[in-house]
Amino acid sequence: MSLNELTVHDVHNKLVTGEVTAVEVLEAVYDRIDAVDGTINAYISLMKEGAYEAAEQADRDLSEGRVKPLTGIPVAIKDILSTEGVRTTCGSRMLENFIPPYDATVIRRMKEAGAVLVGKTNMDEFAMGSSNETSYFGVTRNPWDRNRIPGGSSGGSAAAVNANECIAAVGSDTGGSIRQPAAHCGVVGLKPTYGRVSRYGLIAFASSLDQVGPLTKDVEDAAVMMNVLAGHDAADSTSVPHPVPDYRENLSRGIEGWTVGIPREYFIEGIDPEIKAAVDGVIATVESLGAECRDISLPHSRYCVAVYYIIAPAEASSNLARYDGVRYGFRTSGGDTLLDSYKMTRSAGFGAEVKRRIMIGTYSLSAGYYDAYYKKASQVRALIKKDFDDAFRSCDIILTPTTPTPAFRIGEKVDDPLQMYLTDIFTLSINLAGVPALSLPCGYSTDGLPLGVQLIAHHFQEDKLIQAAAAVESHLPLEKKRPGI
Amino acid sequence: MKITKKEVEYVAHLARLDCSEEEKDIFTSQLNDILGYMDILNTVETAGVEPMNHALSLENILREDEIRESLGAERALANAPDSDGEYFRVTRVID
Repeated sequence: MSLNELTVHDVHNKLVTGEVTAVEVLEAVYDRIDAVDGTINAYISLMKEGAYEAAEQADRDLSEGRVKPLTGIPVAIKDILSTEGVRTTCGSRMLENFIPPYDATVIRRMKEAGAVLVGKTNMDEFAMGSSNETSYFGVTRNPWDRNRIPGGSSGGSAAAVNANECIAAVGSDTGGSIRQPAAHCGVVGLKPTYGRVSRYGLIAFASSLDQVGPLTKDVEDAAVMMNVLAGHDAADSTSVPHPVPDYRENLSRGIEGWTVGIPREYFIEGIDPEIKAAVDGVIATVESLGAECRDISLPHSRYCVAVYYIIAPAEASSNLARYDGVRYGFRTSGGDTLLDSYKMTRSAGFGAEVKRRIMIGTYSLSAGYYDAYYKKASQVRALIKKDFDDAFRSCDIILTPTTPTPAFRIGEKVDDPLQMYLTDIFTLSINLAGVPALSLPCGYSTDGLPLGVQLIAHHFQEDKLIQAAAAVESHLPLEKKRPGI
Repeated sequence: MKITKKEVEYVAHLARLDCSEEEKDIFTSQLNDILGYMDILNTVETAGVEPMNHALSLENILREDEIRESLGAERALANAPDSDGEYFRVTRVID
């Protein structure tokens, strides 16, 4: 097995025992990137110079006994997180040449934990998409089938993890953008509770929904990464000062005696029968581990797409007003007036999906329509959250499919925005309610595409998610397959 | 019809976007599809439901008003498309 194929905890053990060096691991990662990224297109920018410096520093630290949780671990970063001195594009022409003057808090925390930052991964423009097709820097291809999408918007991070172009990655999730690509690429993806991880330096899409989280090769790695990412940050007033547990503590505790809710609204007509069968397999495993699976209802689930695609674009239209071509970012030449300059800059700098969402958001917030759309959606959002609060009175966790179908073909839905939006049907409610959720590989389609199961917990119970996911991961009879790439 | 081409033009202006005639036609059609789908919300009874704007209850976060190091003009202007070294430069606003 090449070094780049290892997990975070495997690399950590080999570094600590001196079996390998951080520079060797990093070389294996860059060799792999050189070999496959021309096809996959998981990365927008590489950070070779800084990465080798960090790896050399890690080797010095290791030789002197200074070991931190991510010392010498090559991590890929979604290009939505600001990195000091390193171009941060957010997948957009608007920020094609933007070089942030500071690090996002999660970047700082990973650097302080010893991580080696490999590069910035491809994504849907401003995280608006479910397929990585809206990136200004070209689509990322699914390592399992290069004609299919990797999911989005953290598609580059998910593909990089699965194709072993990094050891672990970080993404962001506004409506499924970590979990859906994790499911489509066959990796583990965790969206933390809103407020668990700092958003400082995360380029804003929908501020009441955005969260940063890990994409990893197994559940233990998700726990290791969460130990570094989670925690209060004075620079993000929505981050929460709750204590952060050691997420590795529960990895082998099992789920005997737990109650697992199976919401009937997630097993609707239209769900792919192979996904249904794979999730049924997980339910059987969960029961064999001594947990009780119970039929429950999340009655407002069917409204989540409508609610989300009002609230997220509304927040986006406000957040993206800052891109005016004055302080940073792209600006077109010409324009006789400042107003012309704004319009020309924004029209040329944003792609079609971003403009579409700005239009939806501007419309729904405009005079005369606010009550009918934004206020109504915010009320139904409260009902969606109440569904979860009610369910978690009797359930430890909730179990659903992550996506209704396996990865679709590149180009298949790109001309029909509404069909594209409906692919997020199982992930959106989680962000609206602010609860944490994790996607775990649970099977393969007959075409050989990975399938994902989603576990959901109540606010700030990431430890329960990790405990349940680790139990399922180690007991689910699942053949370890490798992608063709 | 939820939204007309004329309204699309108005919303584009509010959003500071220019649209070609072709884009206006596409947006008119797509926004009608999307906004039409949103009608599903009218079937939900929401009388008396407090709108939810955030996942957690938010409180004011206060801190001491103390002087800290700031970015400085040079770094703040480093990404500007146009500046004179001290200020961002834009197209003339006043005659």
